[in-house]
Amino acid sequence: MPEPSDDRAQTARLAEPARAGAPSMPEPGTQLVPVPGEERTDDDHLRRGDVDRWGRSESIREIARTIYDPMYRYWFRAEWEGLEHVPRHGGALLVANHAGAIPADAPAIMHGIETELGRPVYGLAEFLFRDVPVLGTLWSRAGGVTAHPENAYRLLHDDRQLVLVFPEGVKGTGKLYRDRYQLRRFGRGGFVEIAMRSGVPVVPIAVVGAEESMPIVWKSPRLAKLLGVPYVPVTVNMLMFGPLGLLAYFPAKFKFRVLPPVHFGVDPDQERYSRSRVMDEADRIREQIQDALFDMLRKRTSVWSG
Amino acid sequence: MRALVTGIGTFWGSRIAQELEGRDDVEVVVGLGTNEPVLPLERTEYVRADSGYTILQRLVHATQVDTIVHTHLMVDSTQLGGRAMHEINVIGTMNLLAAAGTAGSPIRKVVVKSSTLVYGAGKSDPYVFREEAKRTTPARTPVERSLLEVESFVSDFSEDNPHVTVTLLRFTNILGDHMQTPFASALRLPVVPEIFGFDPLLQFTHEDDACAALVFACLNEIPGVYNVGGDGTIPWSEVCTIVGKRRVALPPVLTGLAAEPLRMLRVLDLPSELLTLLRYGKGVDNSRLKRAGFRYRYSTVGAVEDFARGLRLESTVGDRTPAYRYQRDVETFFRHSPAVVRDHE
Repeated sequence: MPEPSDDRAQTARLAEPARAGAPSMPEPGTQLVPVPGEERTDDDHLRRGDVDRWGRSESIREIARTIYDPMYRYWFRAEWEGLEHVPRHGGALLVANHAGAIPADAPAIMHGIETELGRPVYGLAEFLFRDVPVLGTLWSRAGGVTAHPENAYRLLHDDRQLVLVFPEGVKGTGKLYRDRYQLRRFGRGGFVEIAMRSGVPVVPIAVVGAEESMPIVWKSPRLAKLLGVPYVPVTVNMLMFGPLGLLAYFPAKFKFRVLPPVHFGVDPDQERYSRSRVMDEADRIREQIQDALFDMLRKRTSVWSG
Repeated sequence: MRALVTGIGTFWGSRIAQELEGRDDVEVVVGLGTNEPVLPLERTEYVRADSGYTILQRLVHATQVDTIVHTHLMVDSTQLGGRAMHEINVIGTMNLLAAAGTAGSPIRKVVVKSSTLVYGAGKSDPYVFREEAKRTTPARTPVERSLLEVESFVSDFSEDNPHVTVTLLRFTNILGDHMQTPFASALRLPVVPEIFGFDPLLQFTHEDDACAALVFACLNEIPGVYNVGGDGTIPWSEVCTIVGKRRVALPPVLTGLAAEPLRMLRVLDLPSELLTLLRYGKGVDNSRLKRAGFRYRYSTVGAVEDFARGLRLESTVGDRTPAYRYQRDVETFFRHSPAVVRDHE
């Protein structure tokens, strides 16, 4: 009997039922309730925990916020501008620049929006976390979600949540200090396509401060390859505090500027979107954030006091 | 409808036959299996056959059945080895579909029970799989390989026979009082295994819903692939809490090696596809079947709760399911003897 030689076998597909014939699910009104889009079944009283289908637990998030709050308030002294641009209802894709060897911007943005607006924020990140015991689970309970287009679509379209994404990915966090505040490529514009498909706006956020909280002075690509991680950095923090530097951020002043939401005016749930349109929009958003960053840096008099 | 149910010697097959024979619009139910039916059946005709179904073509021709419910696919690799699994799943399905696809075959509908194991589970997979999702991890275990082969036979068959309605149901892990699944066995242990540092989100189907879905597919025209799973996913730790069991951690590295002595001592058999699930978890999008009109009685948490209730009763009064033993002479007598009065109107 021939064994399937192709390891990455595809799952079978059959003829699908005609789309038009099947009664479609009633579309949930787009902007009715902030949370949650998921159907509430009668069985909710049977639940013993509050872990949602993304692995986020509000009670663990609450603990995380309590622990993180002093850091946010007194260490980074986070300051927001333009918070009114973050929608109070409905899904939106928050897009920000990414920096710092172990990025401090993600928890800060999530913490800020959750405390200021009382809305949960789901942070999309690398697959890397899902393989790590304990840390991966904690990360997930604290609102981290694997950055898969399918996950993002469900969060935005079905659940109408706020989703935070860093299109630069590890290219942003792994950049050297001398390249600070110079945005890397915004992936392949996948974030724009997801927002279009989900029918939600993109809300760009410019972050100043994260670059100086843990600056990378040197990287070892060879070691990174050996360990199977995106980068192995030597940070200023490590030079000063040794291994403890992995945990110790410099108290750079964090400033966030939320830019007006970008609506695309295209129909959601299309089969595909024009590649050039997607790339153009992604570039425009990247430039908006870059301009905002330069503007904020022009106004900044001190790294530490802002 | 004249139905042929494969795997009548398993709980699945017997249960489906039971449901079908209780309906007036089902004229004939033929149960095919290597073993005798495990549940009492009223009018289902039991035919013993080897798992390769070599007599199938004759049987289909003789009985003129129009619907085949193929439940005899093994997804539990703790019950038999890779060779036997291949024989039952792949060769069995191949012969079944070959018989169903001959010229002049009366078959108009084929319903196949598959598993969401075909999606695999890995770190780069979405949390929720749609029916169209592609595997990102290679299929290494015999059960996954054989199911993928079965599915490709089924989709070939559906392409070659456009006049036949082919429905493929992919089930998530099933929980219930009667069905023996690896997760159910794990949850019956005094302490339940987990992988240290991982708490995956899992989705379960109640056995009643699983059977109802198969019957639904028999009675309705729903061609295509459908996921079957209760609403929602819940963490493994919560499953253990609901069932009221403490957890014991297996090491996160070399997990398979650590599980091996447990298997050898027959304490617990967790095959590698389930260890993967205990690491990454898996959920599926069940909305396509719901759109087709199917209503679930149990959500994931509801299925777990019902299973927990069953366990509690079992721990108090013992196994209360009455043992049924098929006796050929008795069954033949009730079905065919002129002495039995069949119409009670």
